[in-house]
Amino acid sequence: MSIYDMTINQLQQQLNDKNISSYELTKKYLARIEEIDPVIHAYITVTPEAALEAAKASDERRARGELIGDLDGIPMALKDIFCTDGILTTCASKILANFVPPYNATCWQRLADVGAVLLGKCNLDEFAMGSSTENSAYFATRNPFDIERTPGGSSGGSAAAVAADLAAYTLGTDTGGSVRQPAHYCGVVGIKPTYGLISRFGIIPYASSLDQAGVFAKNVYDCATVLEAVSGHDEKDSTSTPYPIGDYRGACQRDVKGMKIGMPKEFFEEGIDPRTIEIVKKAAEKFAAAGAEVIEVSLPHTKYALPAYYVLACAEASSNLARYDGVRYGVRVDKPTLEEIFCATRSAGFGEEVKRRILLGTYALSSGYYDAYYNKTLQVRTLIKEDYDKVFASGIDCLLTPVTPGPAFKLGEMLDDPLTMYMTDVCTVPINIAGLASMVVPFADIEGLPVGVQLIGAPFSEEKLFTAASAVEVPRRLPPDILKQAVEKGVER
Amino acid sequence: MTEFQTVIGLEFHAELKTKTKIFCSCPTTFAGEPNTHVCPVCLGLPGVLPVLNKRAVELAMKAGLALNCQISPFSKFDRKNYFYPDLPKAYQVTQYPLPICKSGYITVPDADGNEKNIRINRIHLEEDAGKLVHSGESITTSNYSLPDYNRAAVPLIEIVSEPDMASAEEAKAFGDKLKLILEYAGVSDVKMEQGSLRCDVNISLMPKGSDKLGTKVEIKNLNSFRAMHRAIQFEEDRQRRMIERGEKIVQETRTWDEGSGQTLSMRSKENDHDYRYFPEPDLVPTVITPEWIEAVRSELPELPDKREKRLKEECGLSYYDCAQIVATPALAFFFDEVAKIFDDKKTIANWLIGDVSRLINVAEKEYEQIPIAADDLAYLLEQAKSGAINNNSAKAVLEEMFASGKKPAEIISERGFAQISDSSALEEAVKAVIEANAKAAEDFRAGKQQAMGFLMGQVMKATKGQANPNLVKELLAKMLK
Repeated sequence: MSIYDMTINQLQQQLNDKNISSYELTKKYLARIEEIDPVIHAYITVTPEAALEAAKASDERRARGELIGDLDGIPMALKDIFCTDGILTTCASKILANFVPPYNATCWQRLADVGAVLLGKCNLDEFAMGSSTENSAYFATRNPFDIERTPGGSSGGSAAAVAADLAAYTLGTDTGGSVRQPAHYCGVVGIKPTYGLISRFGIIPYASSLDQAGVFAKNVYDCATVLEAVSGHDEKDSTSTPYPIGDYRGACQRDVKGMKIGMPKEFFEEGIDPRTIEIVKKAAEKFAAAGAEVIEVSLPHTKYALPAYYVLACAEASSNLARYDGVRYGVRVDKPTLEEIFCATRSAGFGEEVKRRILLGTYALSSGYYDAYYNKTLQVRTLIKEDYDKVFASGIDCLLTPVTPGPAFKLGEMLDDPLTMYMTDVCTVPINIAGLASMVVPFADIEGLPVGVQLIGAPFSEEKLFTAASAVEVPRRLPPDILKQAVEKGVER
Repeated sequence: MTEFQTVIGLEFHAELKTKTKIFCSCPTTFAGEPNTHVCPVCLGLPGVLPVLNKRAVELAMKAGLALNCQISPFSKFDRKNYFYPDLPKAYQVTQYPLPICKSGYITVPDADGNEKNIRINRIHLEEDAGKLVHSGESITTSNYSLPDYNRAAVPLIEIVSEPDMASAEEAKAFGDKLKLILEYAGVSDVKMEQGSLRCDVNISLMPKGSDKLGTKVEIKNLNSFRAMHRAIQFEEDRQRRMIERGEKIVQETRTWDEGSGQTLSMRSKENDHDYRYFPEPDLVPTVITPEWIEAVRSELPELPDKREKRLKEECGLSYYDCAQIVATPALAFFFDEVAKIFDDKKTIANWLIGDVSRLINVAEKEYEQIPIAADDLAYLLEQAKSGAINNNSAKAVLEEMFASGKKPAEIISERGFAQISDSSALEEAVKAVIEANAKAAEDFRAGKQQAMGFLMGQVMKATKGQANPNLVKELLAKMLK
């Protein structure tokens, strides 16, 4: 078994048995990044010096018998939307091309505190706006299973990094599916926990009422390990949960027998690839075989979720992104007058998709349109949430649905068709709108491309998700040799 | 000719007296080197989040209670979006549809001296912006401008009145009263010159007796209540002339130009910002329980109206004395402290308004820094009242207390101010004076009452002013019988 394919527990075993040190392990990951990443482009920034230093410190702790926990000395990476003290944080935007934050995002701080080794910062769609990483101002990331396809987005770099063994695990963010869709396209486990479970402090916001950090891992148990480390109340985020977090690793060992799994019929209608539907039904059969009860349910307002998402997310984004004016930090285009500085800086600094969403959001909040768009959307949001409340109140433990209509699409395929691209989020956005917990587990493939299933739970029911996910989980499938793909497909390194 | 009625509404911004800013732990201290009281949160760096300062909520509640408002059990914050370099996030966190306080009032005297209630529409909590330092006169004429974010995110309350005032005098009375109440409540420093209290005026004219409001004009940049008074009078005049000439009043924002004594047009309503208010998703709603309201209410001291009434009724002070004391909260609080120990309130009032105030002015101090302790003043007044020292000595002692910070008992003994109230000790001196002034003694015996004054003066002189005058008078009368 390759060291790269090992789970966190297996790596800890290797480190404890002195088969390898954290320093050597980190060197190996850095070497693989150097070899493979010029094809995959998962990373915007690699931080070898800081990584090796952290690994060395971990080795010293291990030698002294002062190991902090299961993540101590394990190499990982962050989506380049998490602020990292002293390390460039671009959000894949030109406007933050020079931004080095003087503080850490709380969830990264929590990992650093337990000895995590940061390899670098992963690519994303600019300001997390997109479903393919093609909106990155720097480059698109490639899907390790087919380098001509997208890894998904917006956390495509984080998902591809785990799939291509360029990190043991990574963090991403999910505003409308940005962890789950790339996890599904890249064949890795991804969780978007309940809004408020992970502090948002230090995460560059896209849409504050929907944004939530999530975890990418090689299996369900690793995902639980990392989630336990990053979750819980943060006094710097008033919207973070005041309640104690769950025992997610314990939940992975529990029996799914007797659980009620709901299949919302609105998620299996027109527009979803029949092959995808077949795969989800297979997962349902697996649940049933394990003793869970599978029940069809209805979430009648599902079709309104996508438009509601684009109004809410764009409205909040138009305000969240207003601070990038070139005055205090980031890139400034100098002009003779203030208004010209604002206009030139923002025109040059933002990409097309970001501009599109700022314009949409500004329009939706404008006087005269506010009630028709924003206010109406808040009402729709309540209706969608009530759909889910009713289903969970009826005794359903979690829902089982497709993640996206189909498997990963080709790079460039939807670039000129934003509306079709938006449609790939149709199964994931309702979860953010309703503030629920949701997880994607790889389950099968379509023509060699990974396909996962989505599990959805009531707010703060992550334990149930981990129990269900463990029951449906299949052994990890590795992508085909990436360098060989590069040669065959004529992709230059 | 049509007579016009002026309709005035006021908006005040008061900086709250919290130690730290509204969403972070940076100090709120005034001045300081530019950009030294800042952190990633108040600079609005990417990814940071606000955490509401509980004390700011309590001070806003306190202001609301002091201004007879209802405290909202559920309020929330909104974002007011506009681009300006002094606004780090390009939105101000404020409260729009659900402010923390609603529906209050202040009582002021109207033109006939009767009590009039001016209603308060709402009080909301928000953050202040930073300051721009221009290389030239203004942002448009400067080569460069430098932002200073020390003031950014200092907590503010905005107090919005109803258009209930009919004259510059009423507006000024409202402003004075509001300022005093906020000062008593300990909510704000209310220093207009430092910008911790700022005021905007909304003013329109309508024909007398009409109930249809005219087009209103907003006046900004008023740095004192004097400026507000002048600006209102100027604007009343300007609008009246325009209406009389048959011109239409334009709804606009005007700025007060202190130098020329005029209001000048800033921007018309058409050019107003569309602030695109929407709920602030980074903060949770503020839920205020009745218990919390009562706890905050219990922090409030006695407020000016009630205090004035009490001083008049309970202490028998004149209207003038009451007004003098109540107008200065620090003096009023000091009065209460002294009155706890020394019960002749009229005497306390006289001393505070008289010598104490004079000495504070001489020392160029603020009333907040009265350099003597209340119990020391009480002791001094007690000594004077009991006759242990005379009034002039008491004044001298007070002066020295101000100058040296010594205790009054110490000064009295050092300077030998203690009055001679022992009749046997005085008899000698009285006898000597009668002998030395036989003529005056004769006159007194002959019924000339004026002679008594002369003889007393001689005794006082002989005893270096330390004789108890009442006792001297008694002894003289006895010996000259």
